[in-house]
Amino acid sequence: MLTHLVFWGLAVVAVLAGVAVFVVNSMARASYSLALSFIAVGLQVLLLQQLYVGVLVILMMVMEMAIMAVYMNMFMGMNPAMMSMNMVHGARHALPVSVGVFLLLAAGALFAPWPSRRGSPPEDVTVALGTELMGPKMLTMGVVGVVMAATIVSGVVLAAHRTRYDRFGDDLRRRRVADPQPGGVGR
Amino acid sequence: MAEVPAAVSGGWAPVAAGLLGTLAVAAALFDGALAERAAGARLGTGRPVGEVARLLRQRRRTTVAADRLLWRIGGAGLLGMALMIVTVVPLGRWTLFDLAVGVVWVNALDVLAWAFVWLTGWGANSAYTMVGGYRFLAHGLAYELPLMFALVAPAVAASSLRVGEVAAAQQGLWFVVWMPVAFVVYCLGVVAIAVWGPFSPALGRDLAGGVTAELSGVDRLLFLAGRYALLAAGAAFAVPMFLGGGAGPLLPAWAWVLVKATVLLAVLVWLRRRVPALRPDVFMEVGWLVLLPAVLLQDLLVAVIVIGG
Repeated sequence: MLTHLVFWGLAVVAVLAGVAVFVVNSMARASYSLALSFIAVGLQVLLLQQLYVGVLVILMMVMEMAIMAVYMNMFMGMNPAMMSMNMVHGARHALPVSVGVFLLLAAGALFAPWPSRRGSPPEDVTVALGTELMGPKMLTMGVVGVVMAATIVSGVVLAAHRTRYDRFGDDLRRRRVADPQPGGVGR
Repeated sequence: MAEVPAAVSGGWAPVAAGLLGTLAVAAALFDGALAERAAGARLGTGRPVGEVARLLRQRRRTTVAADRLLWRIGGAGLLGMALMIVTVVPLGRWTLFDLAVGVVWVNALDVLAWAFVWLTGWGANSAYTMVGGYRFLAHGLAYELPLMFALVAPAVAASSLRVGEVAAAQQGLWFVVWMPVAFVVYCLGVVAIAVWGPFSPALGRDLAGGVTAELSGVDRLLFLAGRYALLAAGAAFAVPMFLGGGAGPLLPAWAWVLVKATVLLAVLVWLRRRVPALRPDVFMEVGWLVLLPAVLLQDLLVAVIVIGG
């Protein structure tokens, strides 16, 4: 009973904090409202006994929101005194669309014929969830993860303004790297 | 293999908080004594006591257009983080919160430092505090990943994310002996989340106090107490992760946990005056080109030993 109450309480917190993202008037508040929303969801996942997934949701989302707040504030040059930001753009069209999508999804969740439970939950629900989601494709998913990381690295390398020729000279023979930014490893 | 600690009722939470508070106060007194000695006094621990008394009756300073909500959350958050960390640290046979993923729990909490320190810098609406907040994040970009991978090593060696089982897995040989790189990087991470010693440029004197520049009264007291509490909680968490948990001769397990935590805490406090401050831009490269590969190699070594042995 208590678990149910906490679960529903967290659900309300998650939705309200999500709404707050579009109501508050600074990037810092918007980012951390979103973080609060995700923390509430992470705690709900914890209540579902998906301990690893739940804690990971909290970890990832807090870090992500910290980084987002920093970059948003940096690019927008914000400070707490400049509280005039509007998180909503094109509200006339966006509002009905988002309300409609919310109602559609909520209706789906409420009216779908959920199957009744067969058997009992397994010993380790996290392992069961992983096997259910990935099954025999676990190896493929692992490889895809590495490929994605490699893609990010190559993307950054290709997009970087300075190349190794700028750093090591045209014949790549320069011993001391010429970088505009001072670094910590011997230069 | 030693017995895995059992969870006690939540009614013991104040005791855990009290122990953490005692360690934090001891750390502050020790730091005060070191400061007195550096200033030339023979013996003295009065400095932190006087500072607490001063801050308790100091009137709050206000700044124009501060984001007060986020400012207060950031300032009080560090103390909350430390309290949440010690819930999963077993004290001998007892633990408050026997979470199956305790190691990840601590990892999720140490990430909160990013939010709290930066928010304290942001909330005051002052240029110096803001610059201090960004300095901390620049440090964070360099220390966070090595810290995460340092926590991976003991978990892999114990094949468990439960803190009690990690402690029980090192009965023969403490993890600090055969994964020293992970231990050093972990300690560096603890010092970093406490904005301590080499990571104090975020509170630098060249920034009029950086993140803390506009903090006054109780707010300042909470922030400073949070830093000491984080040092203490980090030292306490190192005991089950690297220092053999409650293992030791003569004394009972709980006493050994406290002794080890106190010794490590004293070393961390003492290091403050022995290690130079790390410039964020310089440390960025050290973190990515030295610490991260080193700790990844450590993880690989541990994994190979665990699979091979």
